[in-house]
Amino acid sequence: MKSRHKKILVILLGLAGLGIAAALILNAFQSNLVFFFSPTQVAKGEAPTDRAFRIGGLVEVGSLKREANGLTSHFVVTDTAKSMPVVYTGILPDLFKEGKGVVAEGKLGKDGLFTATQVLAKHDENYMPPEAAHALEQAAKAQTTLVK
Amino acid sequence: MNLYTYASPANFYVLAGKLIPWFSWSAGLLAVWGLYISFFLAPTDFQQSEAYRIIFIHVPAAWMSMFIYLVMAFWGAIGLAFNTRLSFMMARALAPTGALFTFIALWTGALWGKPMWGAWWVWDARLTSELILLFLYVGIIALWAAIDDVRRGDRAGSLLTLIGAINVPIIYFSVKWWNTLHQGSSINLMKAPSMAAIMLQGMLVMAIAAWLYTIAVSLVRVRRIILERERQTDWAKAILERE
Repeated sequence: MKSRHKKILVILLGLAGLGIAAALILNAFQSNLVFFFSPTQVAKGEAPTDRAFRIGGLVEVGSLKREANGLTSHFVVTDTAKSMPVVYTGILPDLFKEGKGVVAEGKLGKDGLFTATQVLAKHDENYMPPEAAHALEQAAKAQTTLVK
Repeated sequence: MNLYTYASPANFYVLAGKLIPWFSWSAGLLAVWGLYISFFLAPTDFQQSEAYRIIFIHVPAAWMSMFIYLVMAFWGAIGLAFNTRLSFMMARALAPTGALFTFIALWTGALWGKPMWGAWWVWDARLTSELILLFLYVGIIALWAAIDDVRRGDRAGSLLTLIGAINVPIIYFSVKWWNTLHQGSSINLMKAPSMAAIMLQGMLVMAIAAWLYTIAVSLVRVRRIILERERQTDWAKAILERE
C-alpha cells in the first residue's frame, strides 16, 4: 500500500471513529438536549417534577383567558393527544396566538397546573403573504363543510 | 491544458487574479437585486409581518457558515492526504469569511428572536451548535496564528477542522432530531419549500450573492497567502517589486 493511500485510509477511519463517538455521545445526552417536553411526555412522567423545565405545544383554541389585572393569563398547551393548563403573569410575545406554537418555562404544581415564568412563541417554517394564508384557510373550511 | 497546472501556486496566483473581478461584480449585482426583491417585491408575511425579512440575510449567512466549513474541511483533508500546498492555503483563506457569516447568522438570529420568540438567546440545540461553530472557526484561526512553522500549523489547523466537521450535520439536523425553539427548515430537498415563491427567490438570490462574495474574497486572500509563502521565489519577488 502506498503511503498516500495509507494516509487517506487513516483519515477516513479517524473520521468514521469520530462520527461513531459523536453519535454515541449525542445519544447519551439525548434527554438533556431536549429544549422542551410535550404534554404527552409530561403525562408519562418524563419531565422533572422537582425543578423548572419547559413545555412546548400548541395553544388550544378558545383556551386563552386573561384575568382582570390584564397581566395574568391562563391557557392550555396541547400536542393534540394530551393537554395541560398553564398560568403566566407577564407580557406575552407578539406571535403568541391560539392554535400557534408556544414554549413555556416553569414548574409543574401538584394540582397539574403549570406555572410559567417565561413564555416564548415558537413559530413554524411557513412564510406566505396574508392573502395566501387567508385563501388556504377558506379552502380548509370549504373542505370540512364538504366532508360533513 | 491540464487542470493540475493550477495546483501550482504560481499558476493559480495568475488565474485567481483574472477571476476576482468577475466574482466581485456578479456578487455585487446579485446582492443589489436580492435586496431589492427582499425589501420591495416580497410581500408581508401572514404571521411575522415585516420582521420576517431578516431571513433574507439570516438564512444565506447560516447556509454559508456551514458550507464554508465543509469546504475548509475538504481542502484540509486533501492537504493532509496529498501534501498539496495550495489546498492548505485555500483552507486558511476561507476561515475568516466562514467566521464572519457564522457571526452574522447568530447576530441576525438574536435580532429576530427578540421580537418573534420573546428572547434574544435560548440554549436550544440549533443555537448552541451554531455558537460552537463560531468557536471552532475562531479556534482554528487562532491555532494557525499560534504555530510559527507554516507546514506544522497547516496540518494542526486542518486536523482540528476535520474533527469539528462533525458539528455541521448536528447543526443542520438539530431541528429534526430534538425539540428546539428554532423552527424547522423551510427549504428541504425532500419536499416543496414552505414559502411563497417570491420570498424564496429573494432568499436564493441572496444566497448566490453570498457564494460569489465568498469566492471573491477568499481568492483575494489566497493570493496574499501565496505571495507571502512564495516570497523567496523569483516570480513572487518580481511581483512584489512591481507592487
